[in-house]
Amino acid sequence: MRILVCIKRVPAPGARIVVEPDGQTIDTANLGFTISPHEECAVEAAVQLVEQHGGNVTVMTLGPEGAEEQLRHAVSVGATDAILIPAGERDWDPQATARALTDAIGDAESDGAFDLILFGNESADSGGYQVGVRVSRALGRPMVNGIKGIEIGKGVVTLRRETDGGSELYELPLPAVVGVKEGITLPRYPTLRGRLASKKADVRTFEAGEQPGGQSMVALANPPEQVKQTVMLTDAAAAVDVMEELGLL
Amino acid sequence: MILAIVEHDRGTLNELTLQALAVARDLGDVEAVILGSAGAGLAEELGAHGVSKVHVADHELLADYGPDAWAETTRQLADAIGAEVVLAIGSDRGNEVMAHIAARLDAPMVANVISVTPGEDWGVVRVRWGGSLHEEALVVAPLKLLTVAPHALAASEVGGPQAEVVPFMPSLSDEGVTRVIDRATLAEGITLATAPIVVSGGRGVGSAENFSILEELADQFGGVVGCSRVATNNGWRPHSDQVGQTGTRVAPDLYIACGISGAIQHWVGMMASKKVMAINTDAEAPMVTKADYALVGNLHEIVPAIIEEIRNRRG
Ligand SMILES: Cc1cc2nc3c(=O)[nH]c(=O)nc-3n(C[C@H](O)[C@H](O)[C@H](O)COP(=O)(O)OP(=O)(O)OC[C@H]3O[C@@H](n4cnc5c(N)ncnc54)[C@H](O)[C@@H]3O)c2cc1C
Ligand SMILES: Nc1ncnc2c1ncn2[C@@H]1O[C@H](COP(=O)(O)O)[C@@H](O)[C@H]1O
Repeated sequence: MRILVCIKRVPAPGARIVVEPDGQTIDTANLGFTISPHEECAVEAAVQLVEQHGGNVTVMTLGPEGAEEQLRHAVSVGATDAILIPAGERDWDPQATARALTDAIGDAESDGAFDLILFGNESADSGGYQVGVRVSRALGRPMVNGIKGIEIGKGVVTLRRETDGGSELYELPLPAVVGVKEGITLPRYPTLRGRLASKKADVRTFEAGEQPGGQSMVALANPPEQVKQTVMLTDAAAAVDVMEELGLL
Repeated sequence: MILAIVEHDRGTLNELTLQALAVARDLGDVEAVILGSAGAGLAEELGAHGVSKVHVADHELLADYGPDAWAETTRQLADAIGAEVVLAIGSDRGNEVMAHIAARLDAPMVANVISVTPGEDWGVVRVRWGGSLHEEALVVAPLKLLTVAPHALAASEVGGPQAEVVPFMPSLSDEGVTRVIDRATLAEGITLATAPIVVSGGRGVGSAENFSILEELADQFGGVVGCSRVATNNGWRPHSDQVGQTGTRVAPDLYIACGISGAIQHWVGMMASKKVMAINTDAEAPMVTKADYALVGNLHEIVPAIIEEIRNRRG
């Protein structure tokens, strides 16, 4: 099996997201970076599938030079090779992102198609819910989003999605595209051997031109925050008083 | 004209869809599409929510949900009636179907908008980071594809007359069409999303076993236990218990956060709670400073003490 996972580098904010005064980016001076939990789980799911069925896992990202850190992290937990599409520090819009990823996938597939391409259900920062669907359409492959279970069969993949009242099953012919949700599996931590492999790994770059679509960002802003006066409770009895007042007992 | 995709469960309209209709009404005359034949009986309720016409799309390939058939049908209908906007709720399905329409048209799609300003270029405000950041954006496209962030606006009736029902026959081929092949139903009961009380635990709980005191506290009120991502990642709780941006959104009457710091990605999942009570050793933790009520101290002492106090009062 050849599996590709598309991941995005995003900051990991703490209690509050601080927008820069120009309203264009968020203040990342004191923040680390990560990949979205959905994509982290997609990488793990891909590595497990390859452990079961053989093959290799490629990871791809479009982003700043620093995104190499996230690609190397993916290698440290089992990905085989990595591709970076340099895009500068600014986010590309969803159409531009999808076009560039599609081009890079075409290039990476010159020696054969990926059986599976995994995306996250949505990116952690932008949350556009669309890049994977656009890429699948451009490649002419079937896609379902929001997947919490993947099983490979003969020429097909069976997918499970959770709904409010239960779950839905889908069966797609391979090659296929899947949007993964956190919870599909638990991501592993890098091993020492994985860390060494990630240091040595060769990160290829693919240059893609930016072809913007019809949605453009004007500015970011924090939503108005409700300021609350916290009532400090001194002991368990005071907490139970509150529960009584709220009519819960 | 605005075309709204209506989600329903065996004939009961999804409350979130009604919220999307409230946004749609501000933009112009609203028509709705119902996919699959089960929905014709909804004309009266949709009329009350301001929909003038309901297109009931019927086709063998619409018998169960499938993103391709739903998207292709909606695209054909939007084209046939000259819609200027297609709008749905920002649910799993709503976002998925809209993305498939956008991909077919290679047109922009704006997910999870909270306000829309029509004009030469359309201005929108959408949410990022699961709702903790707002983005103002411009959309340039002949057909605007929008999903509305859940709970951005309350649903409201406008007392319109019953909507006119018209059939729509899409032309679909089953080549490359993905759809549900089987489904499983979960046992019904109180879920994390609907529980009136949620007792949640984070890193401070310390182990899977230690969650038993949280279970016991939740049991006092018929509540449900939730958790932070640290608890999930440590394998203490299943992911289905996780509250937050990449977990479940909850809105209970009371949310009791035990040993949870209050990172923004957790906060967005429970900020709709009517009241929040924090139990934390750190008086400076964001969960404590943002809560309605806080108890500063060790949860391993406080939670059992609360349970005992409740038992004493109940006799
Ligand atoms: C893109 C993205 C998405 C995310 N999605 C989610 C999500 O959906 N849900 C989620 O929860 N997180 C999510 N996170 C992770 C989030 O950023 C935090 O890392 C996480 O919520 C922290 O969990 P915690 O509060 O349990 O742990 P910590 O932040 O470590 O806090 C532990 C708290 O417990 C207190 N404590 C310790 N011991 C005790 C004791 N004995 N008694 C009382 N209090 C004690 C400490 O004072 C501290 O405040 C996401 C992160 C990213 C980057
Ligand atoms: N810049 C990027 N580089 C690589 N993959 C991306 C990028 N942006 C989005 N994706 C992938 O597309 C998915 C959906 O993104 P979005 O449409 O932004 O919600 C993400 O979970 C990623 O898997």
